[in-house]
Amino acid sequence: MAFDYMPYIRQEKMPHMWCPGCGIGTVMKSMIRSFSELEWAPEDIAVVSGIGCTSRLPGYLNVNTLHTTHGRAISFATGIKMHRQDKHVVVISGDGDGSAIGGNHLIHAARRNIDITVIINNNNIYGMTGGQYSPTTPLGAKAATAPYGNLEPSFDLVKLLTGAGASFVARGQVGNGKQVAQLLKKAFEHKGFSFVEIVSNCHTQFGRRNKMADPMNMVNWINDRAVSERKWEKMSDDDRAKHFPVGVLHEDTERPEYCDTYEKLIAKLAEQQSA
Amino acid sequence: MTDNGHNVKFWPGNIVVAEAAIAAGCNFFGGYPITPSSEIAHHMSALLPRHGGHFIQMEDEIGAMGSVIGASLAGAKALTATSGPGMSLKLENLGFGYMVEAPCVVVNVMRGGPSTGLPTHPAQADLMQARWGTHGDHPTIAIAPSFHQEIYMETIRAFNLAEQFRMPVILLLDEVLGHLSEGVIPPEPGSFEIINRKMDTGDPKTFLPYNVEKEDVPPFRPYFDGATWHTTGLNHDATGFPTTNPEYIKSDMERHIRKVLGNRDKIDKVEYYMADDAEIGVISFGSTARAAMAAVKKAREAGVKVGMLRPVTVWPFPKDQVYEFGRDKKYLVVPEFNMGQMVYEVERAVHFDRPIKRVNKVGGVPIYPNEILAAIEEVA
Ligand code: SF4
Repeated sequence: MAFDYMPYIRQEKMPHMWCPGCGIGTVMKSMIRSFSELEWAPEDIAVVSGIGCTSRLPGYLNVNTLHTTHGRAISFATGIKMHRQDKHVVVISGDGDGSAIGGNHLIHAARRNIDITVIINNNNIYGMTGGQYSPTTPLGAKAATAPYGNLEPSFDLVKLLTGAGASFVARGQVGNGKQVAQLLKKAFEHKGFSFVEIVSNCHTQFGRRNKMADPMNMVNWINDRAVSERKWEKMSDDDRAKHFPVGVLHEDTERPEYCDTYEKLIAKLAEQQSA
Repeated sequence: MTDNGHNVKFWPGNIVVAEAAIAAGCNFFGGYPITPSSEIAHHMSALLPRHGGHFIQMEDEIGAMGSVIGASLAGAKALTATSGPGMSLKLENLGFGYMVEAPCVVVNVMRGGPSTGLPTHPAQADLMQARWGTHGDHPTIAIAPSFHQEIYMETIRAFNLAEQFRMPVILLLDEVLGHLSEGVIPPEPGSFEIINRKMDTGDPKTFLPYNVEKEDVPPFRPYFDGATWHTTGLNHDATGFPTTNPEYIKSDMERHIRKVLGNRDKIDKVEYYMADDAEIGVISFGSTARAAMAAVKKAREAGVKVGMLRPVTVWPFPKDQVYEFGRDKKYLVVPEFNMGQMVYEVERAVHFDRPIKRVNKVGGVPIYPNEILAAIEEVA
């Protein structure tokens, strides 16, 4: 079916500011596809971001958009969602923005199980500021601030978020855009805190320093390591070290959603007052 | 307790803030525990769900400020409360609030500093932080009440100013005011003015979030109200999208400043005490002003011609009022519970042309009336 992206795009803002071949484009396309399939009206959606290449995404989306401070998008989104629980609130963030400076908000929003979706475009690097290592830069990989190779072990965001209490955790990768859209749709539909990591390419800042300056080299490097959860389950530890699982990796539909719990309290207090 | 049929409450200042916020229509609070402001959060967590509003204790001070601005952009009347170190953490997002013009009220119940300082003791050392804490040029509205009835009314006024001028407004208390209990008569609902932000009533499809063609305060439209609009902490134009156009940025910065300095008649507030025929002028704010008034009264009783000006709106600083008050005085006395901050503004207001006696104190023990009295007597 021919697909109409136009209602969700601010055409007048094109061309975008991203490097040709940047993985963020796949994320944006997948978001729009999912919004459209769910028939969410643009005016009923808020997309909130922090600072960085990924966080420029909301500017191109024709929905309510808020480009906040570095790392803090989730806290702004929490205020929006609590005040307007009937609306759709999505956060889009990079790995540095979302899991370094914004890490505290990330785990606590997951713990509360507030009904927002957080998407982290994980390209393993700080792109906009010039290629410094992030919490997801692989051990040994080169970065502007790791000229001899990264000395720090990296986060597994899926494990982090599952541990923190997110009730929906998924991972996709830019080598399979169709799956990314499917995962985002499921995340958007999920009632409660949903998290989607999208393993993505920043060939300009990460690839260039790690022998993958061509976008396709980096996309292939990602795509070749992605395996389904089924395959992952059967892998040896050695094999696992060279791969990562994709798909819906954790789902819990029983956990109470935070705003619902709060509304129940309001209703209970109102009842007591009138009694 | 009733007094002449009035409903008198005996409340600590922190509780007064919370009660007044609800009376002002506050329906969102995002906070983080910190002494000596926590009772505001305690009370809001009990009051808000009873009024259909929302309270959240965020994971940190920064997130608390973020949640408040997010809620505000979705249409809420939002409040946060903190103290020194927490205020320092909030400053980046406070600046974001100025930039995107998000109405909200930020309470700083001041304690001794810098750093962790004196968590359970008062100070007035965050006066300049309130003005210049966040980076970049921006106008500030900050209010520092001295008495509990005034805290009630000034909390309401803080919300009104925030809504009227679409910006964060800072309410400065200190540990003395926050924890001291005093009688308050909450005014009847409907007996005081409530101002809500001016709404855009045009076609949502052509909504410009920063349309300042006709007025300096852009009409507001909350998220999810038919439009799809953008805003950012980057310098932005009428569309809400980034601009690096130097002329536009200059004119927009001038507008931000004008919306405060051009409306001083609606923002300024000073109180005078025994000021007629005074030859010595005392200038003091917040809790210290209480001690200063006691000192002025005692000095008057001893025949000293002394009077007092008390800024209630501390930012923008009431420089014209201070000039008028101070220009013919033999001596000015400026007691403040810090190492000297407001005194710089007083010096400028009187064109460095009046002798000034500073009365400063730190260490957590408030300035006593007799310390101010001694300063008055010294210059009399
Ligand atoms: S620097 Fe990296 S993340 Fe940023 S636009 Fe370029 S490729 Fe994308």
